[in-house]
Amino acid sequence: MLIKIPSASACKESDVTPESIYLSRRAVLGASLAGLAVSALPSWAQAADPVSQYDGVDAGSAPGWFKDKLPSTKWQAVTVQNEAITPYKDATHYNNFYEFGTDKGDPAQNADSLKTEPWTVVVDGEVGKPGRYALEDFMKPYQLEERIYRLRCVEAWSMVIPWMGFPISELLKQVEPTSKAKYIRFETLQDSKMMPGQRSSFALIDWPYVEGLRLDEAMNPLAILAVGMYGRELPNQNGAPLRLVVPWKYGFKSVKSIVRISLVSEQPKTTWQSIAANEYGFYANVNPTVDHPRWTQARERRLPSGLFSPNIRPTEMFNGYGEQVASLYTGMDLRTNY
Amino acid sequence: MRYLFWRLAVFVAACIAPVMWLHQAWILDLGPDPGKALVDRFGLGTLVLLLITLTMTPLHRITGWAGWVLVRRQLGLWCFTYALLHMLGYGFFILGFDWAQLGVELVKRPYIIVGSLAFLGLLALAVTSNRHSQRRLGARWKKLHRLAYLILGLGLLHFLWIVRADLKEWAVYALIGALLLVLRIPAIARRIPRLSNRRAGAATKV
Repeated sequence: MLIKIPSASACKESDVTPESIYLSRRAVLGASLAGLAVSALPSWAQAADPVSQYDGVDAGSAPGWFKDKLPSTKWQAVTVQNEAITPYKDATHYNNFYEFGTDKGDPAQNADSLKTEPWTVVVDGEVGKPGRYALEDFMKPYQLEERIYRLRCVEAWSMVIPWMGFPISELLKQVEPTSKAKYIRFETLQDSKMMPGQRSSFALIDWPYVEGLRLDEAMNPLAILAVGMYGRELPNQNGAPLRLVVPWKYGFKSVKSIVRISLVSEQPKTTWQSIAANEYGFYANVNPTVDHPRWTQARERRLPSGLFSPNIRPTEMFNGYGEQVASLYTGMDLRTNY
Repeated sequence: MRYLFWRLAVFVAACIAPVMWLHQAWILDLGPDPGKALVDRFGLGTLVLLLITLTMTPLHRITGWAGWVLVRRQLGLWCFTYALLHMLGYGFFILGFDWAQLGVELVKRPYIIVGSLAFLGLLALAVTSNRHSQRRLGARWKKLHRLAYLILGLGLLHFLWIVRADLKEWAVYALIGALLLVLRIPAIARRIPRLSNRRAGAATKV
């Protein structure tokens, strides 16, 4: 076997490729798509599926409400600088979604059994307007935005994914939290018929999967609820039909297939915290200086990584979003509040 | 050489998996993180081979067929080879050959410490697996090679500490390992029924 060990000064191909060209190509495509949206087209053209601007994306079968929102979507509302977007195939075939099995390939293989239509979302707890909504009604007030975010898993790998969703702050405006609301709690579907991972009697997880944020974290403009990625609706294995995305926290905070959103006064007991509180804290902010007890968080493998060029790079504080979120944690010791 | 085809068959079987994995990695069929996938597969392969190696003696006791113990050393060496590739893969794909970080990991992470100890054990067994060492160590050789049981325990502990949310797979391996160790308790080993009356004879000499 040929093992090439490049010297530290050697340039990798990825270093040489001018990524601005990549991004500007996408910007051009995105802009042209936005242009397509505003121009007054005959209705038959608007009803047609838009061609995704990303390579290798499965067509999927978007629900009507999702298609209706595409023309008004704000493409590239948030982007990343000098980063290549992870190929769609990798983002959809390398997943942690233990409801469908613990192997990275299990969710792509098993998630077909999840039925996302109809889907009901319950909003309850400390809110002025609690309710139980069909997803299409739940989504009605919101305009979709494309947010291209880095995703850093607690297992020390990372990707760059173009999500489509809306800020949680807009949801909070709709449901009117009371003065007692201090935290927001999210719950994943529990249905062992559709989710084979929930049938394992050896699972350490006490279903349903629960995650939460402090209210001011949820209000941060970067925190979104996503319904799509790569210009299409969420594939099941990525948390269809509704999931959280908080890019400055480890991936496990971004709870998938949400059925219940509660405003609460006490810090919710989250799933991973319950399994191993010394390994997974409530905050779970990406932090290269605080190791997971079992591995270092100083670096990450940006996927896809090649066999002969493991794409290892230093992990950034708050996953590179410090400018927008560091102020949420002033005065807090992030070593104890990991 | 006795049982030449049997030995060759074992050799080829042990080769197939790594060749297949490397091929899969080559044609980009191991997903976006092929290095990690290879490390995981070689790690699990090491455990499986250790379990298979430890099955040879009980099988020999039960069936009386000399072929089982004749491939025991070969299987043990394969187990070591997989472990070596597991370690090299870890160094290259996970650590990026960052030696300073290796130092940190070796001190701070219990599962790395346990895994490294298990590897050192396998190394000691591999180095002393030749006839010359057997002769030189005499009775101590057998004692030394009982380290395999300890290595199995360390390997299972290493695996347990990597599991994050589902213990099923680990439990299967642990159960098989426990069974193989129980079969070696003298009181139980004596009671193992023999399917054949053929004398094991010279075949016990490996």
